[in-house]
Amino acid sequence: MLGLALLVLPLLGLLVRSPWADLPHVLGEAEVLDALRLSLVSASSATAIALVLGVPLAWVLARSEARAISLLRSVVTLPLVLPPVVGGVALLFAFGRTGIVGRWLDQWLGLTIPFTTAAVVLAETFVAMPFLVITVEGALRAADKGYDEAAATLGASRLTVFRRVTLPLVRPSLAAGAVLCWARALGEFGATITFAGNLQGVTRTMPLAVYLAMQTNPRAATALSLLLLLVSVLVLVGLRDRWLADGRRR
Amino acid sequence: MTRLLRLPWLLIVLLLVAGCGQAPPPGGAASGVGGTIRVFAAASLTRSFTTLAHDFERQHPGSTVELSFGGSSDLAEQIDNGAPADVFASASPVNMRQVVRAGNARRPRPFARNTMEIAVPPDNPGHVHGLDDLARDGVKVALCQPQVPCGSVAREVFARAGISVHPVTEEVDVTSVLTKVAIGEVDAGLVYVTDVRSAGGQVHGIPVPAAVNASTTYPIAATSGSGNPATARAFVALVLSGRGQRVLARDGFGSA
Repeated sequence: MLGLALLVLPLLGLLVRSPWADLPHVLGEAEVLDALRLSLVSASSATAIALVLGVPLAWVLARSEARAISLLRSVVTLPLVLPPVVGGVALLFAFGRTGIVGRWLDQWLGLTIPFTTAAVVLAETFVAMPFLVITVEGALRAADKGYDEAAATLGASRLTVFRRVTLPLVRPSLAAGAVLCWARALGEFGATITFAGNLQGVTRTMPLAVYLAMQTNPRAATALSLLLLLVSVLVLVGLRDRWLADGRRR
Repeated sequence: MTRLLRLPWLLIVLLLVAGCGQAPPPGGAASGVGGTIRVFAAASLTRSFTTLAHDFERQHPGSTVELSFGGSSDLAEQIDNGAPADVFASASPVNMRQVVRAGNARRPRPFARNTMEIAVPPDNPGHVHGLDDLARDGVKVALCQPQVPCGSVAREVFARAGISVHPVTEEVDVTSVLTKVAIGEVDAGLVYVTDVRSAGGQVHGIPVPAAVNASTTYPIAATSGSGNPATARAFVALVLSGRGQRVLARDGFGSA
């Protein structure tokens, strides 16, 4: 019961302190709309990139029998346990203007990543992709390899097997992983403020806006938090069938 | 995966145990000065207050000064929400006023003054030589967000100079701006004179003409909620004393 109280009380506090009357006013402000739009766009982009890059990675982790694979898995899960701020510092020293990769991007292509929306997406992908990879890897591992092998003996190419057999088998986990990844990306704060900075409409996402508003206008911060809470609840509702029901069936 | 999940728990338990070990030292000196105080100070005071905290601990054996540096607006908000601060030193009267108005501090005293200076990375990649260059296209500028003193003073400088500067990022405190300059991610930042000095060779300073420069006054006060008011007052007295003022002057602060 104490555990439940610990989880529920803060949310209750947020609901009680919410300036319900001001809500429409606060949420209609240009700064808030900018932050919301930026958050939705960047979290969705990060999820799309995580799908494209993360699913093949999950497949390799699940199917490869090489010994080095456990090392690879540790590297992939590292961002999960790494404090996001540290991730931001690491990103800065890799893709920053003086970073090991960023230096060349800047010199050869005139591209600088920090302080752009691309930096926000990159930071979010870095932090959130492991959620997708781990979820999909677990499903791939649990899925019966026999189907893949049967399809292969029937003459399907590896790509066809992956596309027509493997992927449909893990589709529920793929969706759950994508939603988890999206939610984590939406809440990203530490890596974003460190690597991407903080500027309205460009890099100031919802969590940054909440943090800044808390310093000067707590009422606005509460309203913004409420909005994020609402989005989180919607995510859970969307996941309900795939996830919570699954747990009951087991 | 299970092994992975167990690790954070172990860390949490260790942290809790470590936290329990730090019981406050018993009693204090005869003057009532002793034990631990927490000083919340503007980020720009990092260097001076670190020195003064050491001085204080030497002068009052058995006392410990814990320093917490950050953006003045953030610190003020933390104090108003019950953060255990014994002393608050703000980079602007505005944030101090907020704390006083909430009944969390009384009778703040001004103790230092600071003006602005342009900081650029040592190799000056943006070829910044004066204030006007900050308004130039393609020059990446980092500023403090307008809510913190260094941000509002910076905007005052731009207003006086009649230029409009579009920063690539608005940082939460002045040390974050300085860091972005020092690691070369931006071409320039507008920071306090004292920050350029404390950064040593990591950044190069370009003076802002006195005619357009703006300044901010730093107030300090013991908080009303302090559990160790005698020690808190003693620390405030040290900052206001000749010794405190000399340390601040050495770091580039003007007298209030």
